[in-house]
Amino acid sequence: MSKILVFTEFQNGKIKRSSQELLQFAASTGNTVVALALGTTDGAQAAHHGASEVLFSNDAGFNSYNPELFASATAEAIQKSGAEVVLGSASSTGKDLFPRVAAKIKAGVVSDGVEIKITGSDVKVKKPFYSGKCFATATFENTNVKMILMRPNQLPVAAADSSKSATMTELSFAKPNLKTIIKDIVKGTSEKLDLTEANIIVSGGRGLKEAGNFKMLNDLADVLGATVGATRAVVDAGWVSHSMQVGQTGKTVAPSLYIAVGVSGAIQHLAGMSGSKVIVAINNDPNAPIFQKATYGIVGDAFEIVPALTAEFKKALQH
Amino acid sequence: MKVFVCLKQVPDTETKIKILPDQSGIDTAGIKWVMNPYDEFAVEEAVKFKEKNPTAQVWAITAGPKARAVEVLRTALAMGADEAIVINSAENLDAITTAEALAKTIQAEGGAHLVMTGKMAIDNSQSSVPQMVAEFLNIPHTTVVSKFEAAPESFTVERDADGGTKEVVQLMSPALVAANKGLNMPRYASLPGIMKAKKKVIKEVEFSSLGIAATEQKVKYASYELPAEKPAVKLLTGDATAQAAALVLALRNEAKVI
Repeated sequence: MSKILVFTEFQNGKIKRSSQELLQFAASTGNTVVALALGTTDGAQAAHHGASEVLFSNDAGFNSYNPELFASATAEAIQKSGAEVVLGSASSTGKDLFPRVAAKIKAGVVSDGVEIKITGSDVKVKKPFYSGKCFATATFENTNVKMILMRPNQLPVAAADSSKSATMTELSFAKPNLKTIIKDIVKGTSEKLDLTEANIIVSGGRGLKEAGNFKMLNDLADVLGATVGATRAVVDAGWVSHSMQVGQTGKTVAPSLYIAVGVSGAIQHLAGMSGSKVIVAINNDPNAPIFQKATYGIVGDAFEIVPALTAEFKKALQH
Repeated sequence: MKVFVCLKQVPDTETKIKILPDQSGIDTAGIKWVMNPYDEFAVEEAVKFKEKNPTAQVWAITAGPKARAVEVLRTALAMGADEAIVINSAENLDAITTAEALAKTIQAEGGAHLVMTGKMAIDNSQSSVPQMVAEFLNIPHTTVVSKFEAAPESFTVERDADGGTKEVVQLMSPALVAANKGLNMPRYASLPGIMKAKKKVIKEVEFSSLGIAATEQKVKYASYELPAEKPAVKLLTGDATAQAAALVLALRNEAKVI
């Protein structure tokens, strides 16, 4: 029996869906699950998803991500809990933090996993390579601790069980002298999920002809509860911010549904969204490469189709 | 004052990937190798720093099979780097081993005032080596950086976090910064730059001389496989309204995603 430590993340006081996936997965392996909750968070929520213990710290220093502080606390938590497996989401924080911790404690770390299997102390993680052109499976050796970051939306998630509770243990650790100072945090204006965590994405490309036409994508996204993405071409043209770019030099996404509007399907864009479960392509060019990767395709005028889709989804989702 | 830029050579995006028969990796024959795209922003920012701080020297370093790895160093030199080191090592070292090799080499050269890297290599998307190098050098780091300013004893950077959030971070020097797209516009190497880079003597370090046990690697990859074949696209017909209705039905009943 191993102990699994789950680095648990919160947003607006609620435990993130990506953390719920990990906690539930960890619990499903039959191992003891310890949740690490840093910041003024309601760590007890982790129990509802399978944690039997929560290591927490309400120190306000954890309310913004500071690599040195978090790495120090996480390394301490791993050691204190005796965890052999450490799971986290491949979020902005996870991707920055886990490798630093791995170097600190001399552990193996694999980032961007899409499948994970734990049998006893054996851990196998499948991940994409070469922008999704192939996959390979990672195994660990020469390490007591195995650290894994999973892409969001790859593991199932069930409803919380609020009858469950966990032992709450405050984490005490020596605060390092910090050489990193967080001066300011400017929140993004969108209320929607980050593209990397979104379950539905509506994306626009150059076929939209001009920046203003993103409005109809926003309308469609609102009805679907989707996050809006974009191709490199429209980001470079200044229509939308780089934070919306999906692709090799943008974000890698893994939604259940990806609707690409006026997107030709360049290799670099596909690199970012080929992990989508269902891909819908809307383009007036029947030869656009995107149709080779799409599940469903509509060849036609996006300016007629998108509003029609918005109307249809509105009808369908109002039951 | 030394600025080190850590570079990685990766297969060009257009490369067709062929898996080896024993699934232990990909067939590297015929691959076009390029500098990792994010590393270009790192080289550019390092050269810009040097242009503002004439006493600074930019050192480009990379770990890999030297015959091909030196090419990324020549590109960096052509862009304005002053010196280059190739750590001659095997293909596919794991992240922690690569980071240790880079850190030890930087230390052997007297340490860094600033280390610049790309945020992630596009071949394995691990986003790991920069943070590990920083940890081994015991210096602070910020990754995914799209704005950079240097002061005498610190750096102020802007980090792109999830959800479009921007974090303004001050790092006491020495520090490591991992570049995101948008940090700058990498310059094209000039012809004189390219000619000069061709003649430059690149320092060679053997991995085996660094005192790192290659047998101690912690992550191993196997069972390389191509993605499952997907069926051909289902094209929906009719006018816009008909297509929209058909799509919603398919997404609900067939694909079951809404």
